[in-house]
Amino acid sequence: MEYTLLFLETPAEMARGETADAPAYWGAWTAYMGAMAAAGVMRGGNALMPPATATTLRITDGKWAVEDGPFADTKEQLGGYVIIDVPDLDAALEWAARAPCATAGSVEIRPVMPNPPGP
Amino acid sequence: MTGAARRPAETPAAPLARQAAEQAARTSYGRLLALLASRSRDIAAAEDALAEALAAALATWPERGVPDNPDAWLLTAARRNLGHARARGATASAGAETMAMLQDERDSTAPMPLGDARLQLLFVCAHPAIDAGVQAPLMLQTVLGLDAARIAASFLVAPATMSQRLVRAKTRIRDAGIAFAIPAPDQLAPRRAAVLAAIYAAYGTAHDDVPAVAEAQGLAGEAIWLARLLGELMPDDPEALGLLALMLFCEARRPARRDAAGGFVPLLAQDARRWDAAMLAEAEALLRAAARFRTPGRFQIEAAIQSLHTETVLTGTANPGPLLALYDLLLATAPSTGARVGRAVALAALDVAAALADLDALAARCTGYQPWWAARAHVLRRAGDTAGARDAARTAAGLASDPAVRNWLLAASQE
Repeated sequence: MEYTLLFLETPAEMARGETADAPAYWGAWTAYMGAMAAAGVMRGGNALMPPATATTLRITDGKWAVEDGPFADTKEQLGGYVIIDVPDLDAALEWAARAPCATAGSVEIRPVMPNPPGP
Repeated sequence: MTGAARRPAETPAAPLARQAAEQAARTSYGRLLALLASRSRDIAAAEDALAEALAAALATWPERGVPDNPDAWLLTAARRNLGHARARGATASAGAETMAMLQDERDSTAPMPLGDARLQLLFVCAHPAIDAGVQAPLMLQTVLGLDAARIAASFLVAPATMSQRLVRAKTRIRDAGIAFAIPAPDQLAPRRAAVLAAIYAAYGTAHDDVPAVAEAQGLAGEAIWLARLLGELMPDDPEALGLLALMLFCEARRPARRDAAGGFVPLLAQDARRWDAAMLAEAEALLRAAARFRTPGRFQIEAAIQSLHTETVLTGTANPGPLLALYDLLLATAPSTGARVGRAVALAALDVAAALADLDALAARCTGYQPWWAARAHVLRRAGDTAGARDAARTAAGLASDPAVRNWLLAASQE
């Protein structure tokens, strides 16, 4: 069964990627992604550029609003995601627990919809 | 205990009375639940009745004072609740048997002898008809009264999933009529092994390089409490003593597993002065007591391995030969992937090429098994394959869920 792991990070954790701490930060993520690849569970995924690079579009009553920055000011921001293929939610949780941001943010686990309902 | 779950919502009760009620919940929860459920085999109904009785205790004890025998008071109240619940549930179609039992429940106002039915309850929880994965959670809930959410977190399972599994297991016990009894002599050995394994599962993995999930969640103490209880209930079982010894060896080293900066310290690099000496002494004494029965078993052997590691650190002298012999004994008694990996690490001190071959043979089933990658990094380093050791350490780091262990392995991947 396919699950998407959404990696949510605190601003402080995300900032580590661009400071003197960067080697440790990226080392942990590289090891994590490598372990998923070695175990053969990874189906895809990406790391995302920081939230400051985001642009948000919203159309309300025909009015376009284009804003700099992410959709909302939340405590945690999306840093990346992977899609994994594992037997069940227990296994997905086990992989989520290994994410470096599990202790500095959170991981949201969502089943991938197998066949989106047609029209 | 912090987890006297099923505890009713806080009331402005006198602290003393609340303390008494909480004390009763801590020490008597499992005993009372076992008594309440043993006849009907309906654990869920017994839990509800007991929760109601504990709520009543919190409401009335502050006013009327704590009864002389709180346990008997709770049992009587819970039995009354159970009777009422059955009366509500009983319809015209209820059989004569149910009606008789109902009457029986309502009539029994005399304090019932508080025999200890917890051992029977433990056997019910570890019955072969109950899914192995839910046996330990079921024990934690029924014997200690922990709530499903806390148990779920320590087993890394979604709370809703854990609740569902617990409900299903209880329904099965009731509907399949699993007896609250000590198994017959011819079945006792395997059934006892299942009880021991479930308690060990509640403690979590004892591998020193993989801090137990239970440890992180603070459930280690509860699991040790269960092992102590089992030791009291089955004093003539060397494996029960062995299990407690094993858990105490691991627990005694907990303070030394982190350095001042919070970094991970592997066993052989630990400062023995930071171990809990009293706990280690108790573990050694238990292991000696178990050995007098001259019936080795999985937990005694695992405890002996931990005892040997302890001695190695204390004396600074490695014992690769005896260690390997213990692992061979363990594999002959209770083969497992974890034991094979442990044996390979022990073997590496004597014959690194053979150790590597053993690990290679396990490769196919260990792609996501952290201890295997950590062991591989260690053995490859010994074999002089620096690049291979670094790669394996990096994968092991990626499989670690403890940040301190992850950082330690990442450092090893750069050495």
